[in-house]
Amino acid sequence: MKVIRYDQLQEQLFYERLNNGLDVYILPKKEFNKAYATFTTKYGSVDNCFTPYGKTTMKQVPDGIAHFLEHKLFEKEDGDVFQTFSKQGASANAFTSFTRTAYLFSSTTNVEKNLETLLDFVQEPYFTEQTVEKEKGIIAQEIRMYDDNPDWRLYFGAIESMYHNHPVKIDIAGTVESISHITKDLLYECYETFYHPSNMLLFVTGPVDPLTTLEQIRANQTKKTFRSPTEIERFQYEEPPHVARKKHVIEMNVQTPKCLVGIKAKHVYAKREEKLKHECAMGLLLDHLFGKSSPHYERLYQQGLIDETFMVDYTEESDFGFGLIGGDTSQPDQLAEEIQRILVQFSDIDEEQVERMKRKKIGSFLRSLNSLEYIANQFTRYAFDEMSLFDVVRTLQSLTSDDIKAVARECFMAEQFAVCQVVPKR
Amino acid sequence: MFREEVKTIGGLRLHVIPTKKYKTNTLVLKMKAPLCEQDVTMRALVPYVLQNATERHPSMKALRTYLDELYGATLQVDLAKKGENHIITIRMDVANEKFLGDTSPLLRKALTLFSDMLFRPLTEQGGFSVTIVEQEKRALKQKIQSLFDDKMRYAQHRLIEEMYKGSPYALDVHGKLNDIDTIDAKRLYKHYEHMLKHDEIDLYIVGDVMLADVEHDVAERFSLEARPLRSTETTTLTKRTNVQEVIEKQDVKQGKLHLGYRTNTTYNDPDYDALQVWNGIFGGFAHSKLFMNVREKASLAYYAASRIESHQGMMMVMAGIEPSNYERALEIIHAQEEAMRNGQFSDQEIIQTKAVIRNQLLETVDTARGMIEVSYHNVIATRQRPLNEWLEGIEKVTREDVVRVGKKIELDTIYFLTEKEGEKK
Repeated sequence: MKVIRYDQLQEQLFYERLNNGLDVYILPKKEFNKAYATFTTKYGSVDNCFTPYGKTTMKQVPDGIAHFLEHKLFEKEDGDVFQTFSKQGASANAFTSFTRTAYLFSSTTNVEKNLETLLDFVQEPYFTEQTVEKEKGIIAQEIRMYDDNPDWRLYFGAIESMYHNHPVKIDIAGTVESISHITKDLLYECYETFYHPSNMLLFVTGPVDPLTTLEQIRANQTKKTFRSPTEIERFQYEEPPHVARKKHVIEMNVQTPKCLVGIKAKHVYAKREEKLKHECAMGLLLDHLFGKSSPHYERLYQQGLIDETFMVDYTEESDFGFGLIGGDTSQPDQLAEEIQRILVQFSDIDEEQVERMKRKKIGSFLRSLNSLEYIANQFTRYAFDEMSLFDVVRTLQSLTSDDIKAVARECFMAEQFAVCQVVPKR
Repeated sequence: MFREEVKTIGGLRLHVIPTKKYKTNTLVLKMKAPLCEQDVTMRALVPYVLQNATERHPSMKALRTYLDELYGATLQVDLAKKGENHIITIRMDVANEKFLGDTSPLLRKALTLFSDMLFRPLTEQGGFSVTIVEQEKRALKQKIQSLFDDKMRYAQHRLIEEMYKGSPYALDVHGKLNDIDTIDAKRLYKHYEHMLKHDEIDLYIVGDVMLADVEHDVAERFSLEARPLRSTETTTLTKRTNVQEVIEKQDVKQGKLHLGYRTNTTYNDPDYDALQVWNGIFGGFAHSKLFMNVREKASLAYYAASRIESHQGMMMVMAGIEPSNYERALEIIHAQEEAMRNGQFSDQEIIQTKAVIRNQLLETVDTARGMIEVSYHNVIATRQRPLNEWLEGIEKVTREDVVRVGKKIELDTIYFLTEKEGEKK
């Protein structure tokens, strides 16, 4: 077992890679009532083409299957795992993102039992044709809910516009049509490929004793037999650096139009130091340009082009990265133009501005550490890309104005921008 | 559990909740007044105007730049109703310098900014800045209109509007679209002065601090005259002879089914704990009857849940369904109500629900916001009930208590937002 100490943050992280390949991290937080644990596989909606375990050729699976599998893992022969967790006073949940599927619980009592339940239910799949069919109705309603949600449609419309081939452009839940092709055998095939412990990470935080918790996890895993780990072969999509379409307009039953400008990263860094630096630099720059203290924000707000829904966000994962800027607006075309103009015309940021933005970013990083959910989820996200959440402050501190200007030179040009708007139906 | 130190300083009630859980300190100001039609739109504007600028930081850019310098302190405002009270919340969160290797007293600076915002806003000719007020009027209009675009929130709002027609609870906390243009910078400033005199004002500080550390700083910066406490009476709905059914058609793919019930029980009542358990067995959680029957057994919905409004005596059921499944979904929901009324739930369901409620409460107080919400219940309800008593109360609930409180629950209104005819796929 390894102990990593972060003195300034007053945190200690315990780490061990078990014999079966599972990475276990424990961050004790003794002041909290609740413990929070996530058990995550590096498998998300983008993994729709891969070589299944035991096979030799690539296979394309229906869109939305990772998310479907997440739903189905909760059902067992003797009933629903939610029931077990609630008997043990826990609240359980799961989510599927582009690159991850995470199962989690939080509880203030019976932490040991709940941890055991978490490990066991994720590692004991039970899929039948009948339960798979039943789930299709439930997920169809989840998809319909998002169909009526203009913010979701806007978000995916923007991503869809940026990407030619990359499956990040496909809705995580798939479509009512695509999920109709899902069978129990397909679920088992995905499960066998991606749910091996060597492709997973367990993160436990809260008022737990790291040594006994680790001992419990070890014992649980030793009881079970796993095949030896294999390298997972995922299809590498050929993705041009520029956006797929410049503008996309969705007509919906809304009163207020919405507009997002997407910025597609031209280059996604494979090496972890560079990747974290790139993400931090881009995040800092977009905040400098569009955050509430920027002259642009103030002007756009005064002109009535934006309101409090205006947001800026940048994410970079495995082999894709994009920024999104926008919100509700009465003038979607004018806002799209303004945002792109601000990006293209950016030329300089001085050291004083960089320092102020660093302060802001470091302060908000501290704030996010108030949340056990944030720590576990983000730690896992970074770890899957071989980065560490706790390196964020150091990376931020190391940024110079040249680093920031470099990301602007790379991405702030017209062919990297895509506009998506939701407008009222005529 | 958490400890809370309370001190009244003139017209301000200061609550300090010392905890070492967080790396930041949280400041939350709550202003409470009775919900009423003539004030609601002005109350919706005031906090948004205040957070724009102060005398010392006379523009949004200046104020926000200062927040950035305080290591990205955050400042947010929001509006809520609890029973027939309109509540304005202003929230600031600032890093604890001990994790920064910086010695600057960030909490004190944040307190100064907070009091500037409240007592020294940017003014001109006896009113707020006209530019800012006009800008916020426009933003408020957009906000009110955007409610229509979020169908789940819209359906919830419409249900309440229909159920509480003519009573203050039907009002949107953001006010009325048609009233916005009647407000100008001077009139709004007058109303703000009125609020400072008459609102019930609570300031919460949560973080690694004690009352003794901040009492003086707060007293120096927040001078409010003492005021009499106002208690708000909640309008009791008269029982309807027939359940009201409202069907609204729009261009939507999913139908939103919302049911409103009169629980005839509020946070002030001794059987409130039993109501919580009732709601938990019925629809509050993923093990509840609604989730198990509407979703898991019939696969009609992705979400099917119930929740209670503690201070209004209202319960709401919501489910997103295929428009053609309206009758079937209603039938299943009614069957669950019936089962609850007849006491058809196992001891296991009671135990399970109590365990989950207990867990939920303990988890709530792991966040600064949660501790404040739990404490603020006692401000709204005028009944002092520390968390440990609440937890004990839940534990003591018996099957008979649950059945008894359930007998008081009456379905009032069914609201269904559904697709337009002829648009069937």
